[in-house]
Amino acid sequence: MSAVTAAGAPKLALRHRLAERGVDRTLLLILPGVIAIAALFCYPFIYGLGLSFQPAKGGVFGAYSAFFSDSFSSGTIWKTFSLAIPSSLINVGLSVPISYRMRGEFRGKRLLLTLLVVPITLGTVLTAEGILEYFGPVGWFNLTLQKLGLASAGHPVTLINDYWGVLFSLIISGFPFAFLLTHSYLSGIHPALEKAAATLGAGWWQRFRFVTLPLLLPGLLTTFCLTFVLGFSVFPSAIMVGDPDGKTHVISIEAYEQALQNFNYPQGCADAMIMTALMLLVIGLVMGVRSFFYTGSTGGKG
Amino acid sequence: MTTIDEKATVSASRTSFGELRLHGISRAYGAHTALHPFDLTVRGGEFIALLGPSGCGKTTALNSIAGLLPLTAGSIELDGRRIDTLPPEKRGFGMVFQSYALFPHLSVRRNIAFGLRMRKVSKAETERRVNAVLDLVRLTEHASKLPGQLSGGQQQRVAIARAIVLEPPLVLMDEPLSNLDAALRLDMRAEIRRIHQEYGLTTLYVTHDQEEALSLADRLVVLNLGRVAQVGTPAELYESPRSAYVAAFMGYRNILSLCADSVDGGVATVVGDGVRLVGTVAGSVAAGAVSAGSAVQVAVRPEDLKIVAEGARGDVSVAFEAVAEVVEYHGREFQVDALTRAGNRVHLRTPERVAPGDQLSLTVDPRRALVFAAESESGEAGDAG
Repeated sequence: MSAVTAAGAPKLALRHRLAERGVDRTLLLILPGVIAIAALFCYPFIYGLGLSFQPAKGGVFGAYSAFFSDSFSSGTIWKTFSLAIPSSLINVGLSVPISYRMRGEFRGKRLLLTLLVVPITLGTVLTAEGILEYFGPVGWFNLTLQKLGLASAGHPVTLINDYWGVLFSLIISGFPFAFLLTHSYLSGIHPALEKAAATLGAGWWQRFRFVTLPLLLPGLLTTFCLTFVLGFSVFPSAIMVGDPDGKTHVISIEAYEQALQNFNYPQGCADAMIMTALMLLVIGLVMGVRSFFYTGSTGGKG
Repeated sequence: MTTIDEKATVSASRTSFGELRLHGISRAYGAHTALHPFDLTVRGGEFIALLGPSGCGKTTALNSIAGLLPLTAGSIELDGRRIDTLPPEKRGFGMVFQSYALFPHLSVRRNIAFGLRMRKVSKAETERRVNAVLDLVRLTEHASKLPGQLSGGQQQRVAIARAIVLEPPLVLMDEPLSNLDAALRLDMRAEIRRIHQEYGLTTLYVTHDQEEALSLADRLVVLNLGRVAQVGTPAELYESPRSAYVAAFMGYRNILSLCADSVDGGVATVVGDGVRLVGTVAGSVAAGAVSAGSAVQVAVRPEDLKIVAEGARGDVSVAFEAVAEVVEYHGREFQVDALTRAGNRVHLRTPERVAPGDQLSLTVDPRRALVFAAESESGEAGDAG
């Protein structure tokens, strides 16, 4: 080792210089990921983007103008937002108090965690079937309402094949994700911070408002983005428990029908691109807001 | 919104309170009693240290006083008014946490102003008081930084400033120096004492470091397994520890388990493990607890264990022989770890040059060897106040 020849020195130095910049053999570990993303995401995306500018008629932006000029098509934007935004707000909103209570160790915590997270393992189809049975015209929900005299037998409350069925489905499948994320963000906040606030005279609401919430907000915004994306791309449940030709004719259904029922591929691609742009817009806005908050270490185990 | 009820809030005043009485406070976690009932009276302006190894209940005691943990039994009175039923935010005690617990999203200034903001103190008054404590802890130029941008010592001072800006009747400190390096610890120790005096605070300070406790406190409370072992001034504890446990904390590094051979008044001759020495019967249990034949523990400080010179063997009674094992050079003296024939490790300090492997004949002044009844009961409640 001690006898490094003069000729060998520059070669070693190059390797060192590369290593300084993070270039070494471990870089090969990310190669499968890069290939997969390039082949399965980048290529189809660029291909679809190109296709969306080649409609049969109307020039380069023909597919886009067709989408916005048809009120049934462009109406999907409002319908999708009106499902995705409330479901995300409800999922995040429910996660906060539940995670807040679930901090620390107590008996039955594991059982409760399991119960809250189990819906992740249910597929969308199973959830949809359950909703159809439970909230249907002769399901337990309506029968209970009838027994209580809150609904008459001839006029059951319409929840399935409607907006509400899809919203329930989005909450059932989206809440576990929102809860798990919120729970881990919250356990990342050192419990001594709230204790310190208490000794400084802050009541429970002030402790939450001035200490926990500001530290939790960046995490909540990230969680919101996740459940928003899940809700905005809703597809199977919008068909199974929703009203796919009316109230829950969401943008993904529109894209699917254009591409695979009308065989208008460029139009389907354009719809998908509009959907992507809208999601990115919302995520960009939320992340912009997030950057105004403190996002550093919060001292806990997270 | 929770507003602070003026009647329920302990009024923060710079002029200290009369006395804080803890009556038999205790805390149990299920079947495990972390803190056995103990009484203590804290006078306004005092600096009291709770001293003990980890797990002895000292942090439990502090958290119970702050209201962060409910008491299992007992009561706390401030100038005759019962406060243990109040939640922490209404007790008005300042607390400095071991982890500092600074709000990471607020600047130094806003961290310090937090308590004043909760109390709806006017802007101008807040400004004035925050500036005053910033000056006191010498952090004025760092006021707009976030805690994450400060060094450990600076964070520590922010935590202290945040606790004292409310001018609380009592400041609770939970091992505030344990996360700092040794040199900084000495500086901050002096700083804490200075702030205590300049601000006229009453401080309850938890630590496991006896040097810290001795140098800072007016009175010490030594805890052992959730029980008070002894309460007293540093000098009282240092000079007359009541049990071998307290003695060990006060620098008596050599604790030998021996047997009393004869007891004559306050003087006992003890033997065992090849050791024979004369010591002074010590501790509150002196009367009758140490008798001929009873098991005892003998406590000797390293600096009181003397090496008997070759020529003086006849004049001085040798307590025991030992072989030097580890010798550390400490400048003016040597720190020696030696093994007795029976395999007991003893520590001594000597100005004489000693080499590992040297045979040492050791002796101790009878007044400097404290003899305690073995298995000294640490259960008796402290008779402080």
